[in-house]
Amino acid sequence: MTFDPHSHPHAHPVERRLPTVDAGLDSGHARAHSDVWLSDVTAGYGDRVALENVNLAVEAGSLLAVVGPNGAGKSTLLKLMAGLITPWHGRVEILGHPAGQQARRVAYVPQAELVDWGFPVTVNDVVMMGRYPAMGRFQRPGADDRRAVAAALEQVGMGGHASTQIGSLSGGQRRRVFLARALAAGPDLFLLDEPVTGVDPTTQEDLMDILEAEARSGKTVVATTHDLACAAQRFQQVATVNRTILAHGPSSLILDPDVLAATYGGHLLVLGGQTVVLDDAHHHDDAPAGERHFHEGGGGGAARRERPEP
Amino acid sequence: MEVLAEPLTHAFFVRALIAAALVGTVCAVVGTFVVLKGLAFIGDAVSHAAFPGVVAAYIVQGPILVGAGIAAVLTALAIGFVTRRAGIRGDTAIGVLFAGAFALGVFMFSTIQGYVGDLFGFLFGSLLLTGVDDLAALAILGAIVLGAIVWCWKELLFATFDPQGAAASGVRVEALEYTFLALVALTIVVSLQAVGIILVVAMLVTPAATGQLLTVRFGTLVVLAVAIGIGSSAVGLYVSYWLDVASGATIVLVQTALFLVALVLGPRSGLLARRRSSAAVPA
Repeated sequence: MTFDPHSHPHAHPVERRLPTVDAGLDSGHARAHSDVWLSDVTAGYGDRVALENVNLAVEAGSLLAVVGPNGAGKSTLLKLMAGLITPWHGRVEILGHPAGQQARRVAYVPQAELVDWGFPVTVNDVVMMGRYPAMGRFQRPGADDRRAVAAALEQVGMGGHASTQIGSLSGGQRRRVFLARALAAGPDLFLLDEPVTGVDPTTQEDLMDILEAEARSGKTVVATTHDLACAAQRFQQVATVNRTILAHGPSSLILDPDVLAATYGGHLLVLGGQTVVLDDAHHHDDAPAGERHFHEGGGGGAARRERPEP
Repeated sequence: MEVLAEPLTHAFFVRALIAAALVGTVCAVVGTFVVLKGLAFIGDAVSHAAFPGVVAAYIVQGPILVGAGIAAVLTALAIGFVTRRAGIRGDTAIGVLFAGAFALGVFMFSTIQGYVGDLFGFLFGSLLLTGVDDLAALAILGAIVLGAIVWCWKELLFATFDPQGAAASGVRVEALEYTFLALVALTIVVSLQAVGIILVVAMLVTPAATGQLLTVRFGTLVVLAVAIGIGSSAVGLYVSYWLDVASGATIVLVQTALFLVALVLGPRSGLLARRRSSAAVPA
């Protein structure tokens, strides 16, 4: 039994077995020891269902990859955890409270395409935004805030770029800066949408080293990714998603051909013992109508597919 | 020197100059966020939507600023609501509400019998007619708008740049959005006296747009926009005084000229800069 920094004094709910590898634990136990707890959640946009009957419990200190094909609901799952969308049905508890209530203890990093990179802010400005929620009205950044920002930038290897405008950064550098913003906030839960998509291998290794260290220190990290190799090698746990959570457990157990076949369906190709996922690195399919996507100036080298804005 | 000093001997010109500087400042600060949020069209819509309020106040002999304020704020909030809730594209909702509100104003305007000269002041601005009580109203409204912007400065910047990241970290983005739309409406009311309904969107958008051509830093952008807002208002007012032409239109023309100069010479998008370093400038 590991130490749980977030004790949950409230009564345990009616027992319900989770259809995951966690299911050995009863749900009350899972809930009490989870930073992220979803029970029978259905959610979507407009009248379109994106996720249904989702059950998931993520223990404190986990490093969890959320994988699945385009439009499977990965981003939706993350937005539910971040309290950005309200479930139609079911409950989402984050750090022991309904999603959205512990916002200052949560750092959410959106997909790179959702950020306007032409915006007139510097790297330092962006990372400082991570400190804003904890600062008072009319209060300007103090010495503590500046130290935290400098430390976060140093941690992601961007210490020399503090006064660079974000638009002139490469794709990898942009992901580093957004991770620095999350680090500067000092959260207990990181929710990262595609943090290593389209970045160079060095950046991927660096970012994963940082996330691993955060998880070791008791923070919980949930990240969506298209990179199954990265999920298998660098994450402790994997949840596979396709309209619901199909499997959740240690990455070694989850990433087997049967689970992947169930998750990816026709997008999966098995070639002489090797499993290949036919999927591109960019997805808009589960994005709600009206979400703004910014494509200009992407230096990430990711496969990009243009689509008329909704 | 005489060119600058002579007009200052007239109290009406001094009042007009102070009003122009106030309006220039408030518009530039609010306009910076308007430009970054991509709300220029909303600014145009809300200013036209103030017209029925102005006409209604004129008909019932009430205070014009109050009529304009109510109409502008209601329209701004309606646009926000329809866009968010009715599943209609933002530009469509704006097009419908803005034309509808302006038509209502024209309709009411056409029912008025007799002299309506005062109303033309609100269509095209009448800076040189600014009275002491107008100035007081401007100062109070301007202080309210600027105070509110400073009050939520950090949230506004965070939510403008990354609405989802801001919402996830506890910023109440939707409430902030409505507050900002109401502030845009108040800013427009503040500016009616100076440039009038038709041209007010230029006061909001042009200084910040010009600033964007010159800097990539947010703080510098706000300072530049304010400097351009105040400077062009003062220059426009002097030019209109000496040439005896419409002050509101002259101010907007000065701003437009500055924008065109920045477009050609500016370090970011300038035609000269592009020639200088076609390789070094990142996308």
